[in-house]
Amino acid sequence: MELMPVALLGALFGLDVVCFPQMMFSRPLVAATVAGAFAGDPRMGMLVGATVELIALATLPFGASRYPEWGSAAVVGGALAAMLEADRAGALTVGVLATLATAWVGGVTLVKLRKWNAWLAGRRRPALDAGARGTVIGLQLAGLTGDAVRAGLLATVAMAVLLPTAQLMLAHWHSTDALSRSVVVCVATAIACSAAWTIFHSARGARWYFLGGLAVGVATVMVMAR
Amino acid sequence: MSTATVRPPQLSALVWLNIFTRTLAIQGAWNYETLLGNGIGFCLEPALRALPGGTHGPEFKEALARESAYFNAHPYLASVAIGALARVELTGVPAPRIERFRTALCGPLGSVGDRLVWAGWLPLCSLVALTAFGLGARSLHVVLLFLVLYNTGHLALRIWGLRVGWARGLNVASALGSPMLREGPAHLARAAAAIAGIAVPLTTARLLARHGSVIGVVIGIAALLAVVLVRLHGRIDGYKLALALIAVFALFSVIR
Repeated sequence: MELMPVALLGALFGLDVVCFPQMMFSRPLVAATVAGAFAGDPRMGMLVGATVELIALATLPFGASRYPEWGSAAVVGGALAAMLEADRAGALTVGVLATLATAWVGGVTLVKLRKWNAWLAGRRRPALDAGARGTVIGLQLAGLTGDAVRAGLLATVAMAVLLPTAQLMLAHWHSTDALSRSVVVCVATAIACSAAWTIFHSARGARWYFLGGLAVGVATVMVMAR
Repeated sequence: MSTATVRPPQLSALVWLNIFTRTLAIQGAWNYETLLGNGIGFCLEPALRALPGGTHGPEFKEALARESAYFNAHPYLASVAIGALARVELTGVPAPRIERFRTALCGPLGSVGDRLVWAGWLPLCSLVALTAFGLGARSLHVVLLFLVLYNTGHLALRIWGLRVGWARGLNVASALGSPMLREGPAHLARAAAAIAGIAVPLTTARLLARHGSVIGVVIGIAALLAVVLVRLHGRIDGYKLALALIAVFALFSVIR
């Protein structure tokens, strides 16, 4: 897969996180699956996306809080995992690791972008105070363009650095597939459970709904395993 | 006659479409100084063109300057403010009153939206999609299920916000007391809690489908780890912990 599609997908999904149109294309489950499909293996992309989606339940984009940028990160992780040999031990692990690392850096770049937006607005303060139509629209377009460029660059650089790193890691990977998957899924499941508890426990009766759902879920897994 | 009951000029469907499309980009210039302020001005601009003198008139410029100042709200529920502010600007409400009204809208539109969408609707839709994934749905179906479900609520909320804001103007506060906004977050939280209980074991099982014998062990260890994380509530970011733990394991897998 060339870097250009990754850059374009990264820009598109990264833009969706905050700026436009916030339709949640940027959720890991969506972005990683789509990126995996572009790289030739949507199933692997979805495995990375579902794992990271469990982890992403713990990060809510409240107001001015700082949070990871899942959009372009999931594009990198989904595409990267899909380009590795899907059945190889460690493929899911490095896909998830690449997503998390890129999301962390992406969160930092989002903060920088917001500071840049403030700097731009500060420079245009007299025009804003005068109600200049061109300035209001220009600032909005500059912010949108800046975010798309930020996300596209992030996805490109992350892919360029992480793909060879992931290939090198898998060439020296010694853990079995069972252990590799178990560790990643265990961590993701634990974070999802604690996130669910944190988000919902204050609603009256929610803990009983959770426990009831858990009983249904475990029973379904047991039935499906037969 | 009260300014709240003055009929505003008719805005064409094209103007409303323009405003609605702009609300999708309301956070385009989000920053730590004015937050959503520039976005509010950007979204209101097509409506303000109906002021006397059009875009070159002093009324337009004063209104746009006022509306582009600091504002904070949930991005979806900001459409309530946009509808209401369009009405008050076009019905000649005095500027000081508009500014007080604008300030009063910030808090409720932020907190209600955060609870309703970020802590309710989004996790609920995400968990429904994960349940479908866990039940073996194909990738395309999982993605479509999530996007259609989430955006049905998302777009409906934005459209409702514009309509109710425009219809009620200064009296829009009463809409924020509607059952959907008052009781909705608690209902969503209970539904999401139940779905979370179903989704997590199913998702875990599918992710480990090739190694069915370890599913029980993984869920058991994950439950114990989750208890520790709940006790550490707020002291560590889940994704940073995941990054650290998985990075350590990857290092171990490569160098041992």
